[in-house]
Amino acid sequence: MADDLAIDVRGMTKRFGDRTVVNDIALQVRTGEIYGFLGPNGSGKTTFIRMLCGLLRADAGSGTCLGFDVINDSEDIKRNVGYMTQRFSFWEDLSISENLDFVARMYGVKNRVEAVRQSIERLGLAGRQKQLAGELSGGWKQRLALAACLIHQPKLLLLDEPTAGVDPKARRDFWEQIHTLAAEGLTFLITTHYMDEAERCHRLAYISYGNLLTHGTVDDVINHVHLTTWSVTGPDLIQLAEQLRKQPGVQLAVAFGNMLHVSGDDAAALEKAIAPFRKAPHEWQRIRSGLEDAFIHLMEHSKDNFSA
Amino acid sequence: MKKHPPFSLERLWAILVKEFTQMRRDRLTFAMMLGIPLIQLMLFGYAINSDPRHLPAAVLLADDGPQGRTLLYALQNSTYFDFTRQVRTETEGHDLLARGQVQFVVNIPQNFSRDLLRGERPSVLIEADATDPAATGIALGSLGTLLNTALANDLKGPLAFLNATPGPVDLRVHALYNPEVVTQYNIVPGLMGVILTMTMVMITGLAITRERERGTMENLLAMPTRPAEVLIGKITPYIMIGYIQVAVILIAARVLFHVPMHGSIPLLLIVALVFIAANLAMGITFSTIAKNQLQAMQMTFFMFLPSMLLSGFMFPFRGMPHWAQWVGEVFPLTHFLRIVRGILLKGNGLPDVARELWPIALFAVIMMTLGIKRYRQTLD
Repeated sequence: MADDLAIDVRGMTKRFGDRTVVNDIALQVRTGEIYGFLGPNGSGKTTFIRMLCGLLRADAGSGTCLGFDVINDSEDIKRNVGYMTQRFSFWEDLSISENLDFVARMYGVKNRVEAVRQSIERLGLAGRQKQLAGELSGGWKQRLALAACLIHQPKLLLLDEPTAGVDPKARRDFWEQIHTLAAEGLTFLITTHYMDEAERCHRLAYISYGNLLTHGTVDDVINHVHLTTWSVTGPDLIQLAEQLRKQPGVQLAVAFGNMLHVSGDDAAALEKAIAPFRKAPHEWQRIRSGLEDAFIHLMEHSKDNFSA
Repeated sequence: MKKHPPFSLERLWAILVKEFTQMRRDRLTFAMMLGIPLIQLMLFGYAINSDPRHLPAAVLLADDGPQGRTLLYALQNSTYFDFTRQVRTETEGHDLLARGQVQFVVNIPQNFSRDLLRGERPSVLIEADATDPAATGIALGSLGTLLNTALANDLKGPLAFLNATPGPVDLRVHALYNPEVVTQYNIVPGLMGVILTMTMVMITGLAITRERERGTMENLLAMPTRPAEVLIGKITPYIMIGYIQVAVILIAARVLFHVPMHGSIPLLLIVALVFIAANLAMGITFSTIAKNQLQAMQMTFFMFLPSMLLSGFMFPFRGMPHWAQWVGEVFPLTHFLRIVRGILLKGNGLPDVARELWPIALFAVIMMTLGIKRYRQTLD
């Protein structure tokens, strides 16, 4: 069983001063899986990833990453992991091919010249290999970063918000590539804020204030939250939302385009609360809660849950 | 578990290639590395003179005899004094001094010539603006002998008895290594040390902090690399820059300032390597302590000023109190100045040089160890 797990860690904890940034997180990621890592800004996602690849020393925790001890064998882990930082972290005053060449040398890649050439070709960067990395647009920088992370043929890729600031077309291409690579046996741990990306992951984990709140498939996560959701269409939705928010039993009233999603985790209480509003000109319909409803709910209530 | 080698030449080479490429791209810094020594050589080499001459002086000449004039000519001929003003009263002279328009007022009293010939030892008053002792010191020091030789021509034959009698000791002074007291002979070789200190510490001081500020440090740390590989890889390209600077200064010293080169230049070049390494090691250590490039710059200047002032570059080392000399001995620049002046001006060989070399080497080793210890392999 353990052979099937690319990441298998328990009790991972990191404190900065007296602030606990990552609190006792256990995570298991299967080989060949695309694992989505979600949570609001500052929830500890980046810190957790940094601990996995040896960039930060964990204060507590144990387990394995690619079969190596996550605390003591960071050197081995580094050799087999590709880490794409949140902020573009390649050298802007080096060209594309120089950046790839440097990375290949650092990892001691065999047939380096060939590996660099192939990597440039595969990513469709062939015409621009002499261009300085700093002159690239966001999408191209992201492609370069991914190419550089792959050049030493890692078994696990840790991608920290890889598509932040990238246009939809480039994002779609990027995810297509991720799925192709995963099919070849690569494992991915990806942090993201985008719901559509979260839904493309095989499994998800949601963390907030350093705590792992829920994990599993998209359906698991939605079911875990036990949310009932109604959608409302009609005029003056903003005012309606304001009134609804004051009702007990209504936990969320969020606008989605021309629609309002009204949710609560107690179906009966919610139904009672919205009863006076269920009249013309508004049209009410009970819908299946989406991932976004679930996440907004988690985000808004996680603090209360854990301070209680 | 498979053990990994503590040091990989391949990774060192990777970092070297990267650093050289980045250095090549950073034209401005590269130009500064060459421009700084040239500009400083021109400034210090041509501008600084610790033996100032042609200082403006006013004269209050109340005497109308020939000896008073002889004395003035002698003062003017010494090239220390340029008589630019003639004043009629003492207050006028004082005003000029107070306003800083003259450095000296020479007061030759009434009947100077007459009294001189009568053997009455008339007095000559020279008032100097001594706010800057260095500006007036040498001129004033030259006065004693000047007076005697100036009047020797006038005091011949029957007047010969008025000449100063030779003292009981025949004093002879040989100003060795720099008999004409040319300031440049001292300054220009010294500049080699000062320029290397400033540029080498600064440029490496920025090396690690720049990676941190640009966010590339996280990437570098995520790679399987060792501190020594990164640090040595970052230092080496600058050794080359250091040697270019040494070459520029040596050529300028020879061609523009005609500084004598008595000792072995190859020896100087080898010693320079140790000195450059010491400064680079210091810079890299700053780099691991400073949080950003600005802090690294501030630390460079924190280090640079005392080493410039206490090393004996600007002020005579032996003129400082003992505690300051002790502090000065810590700086590699202090020892390097002695070495470079020793080799060029005195023709010192290896045995003389070795005495000053080991403190520099020790400093380099300590700094490098500190740097490697301080270099963190994590982002903690």
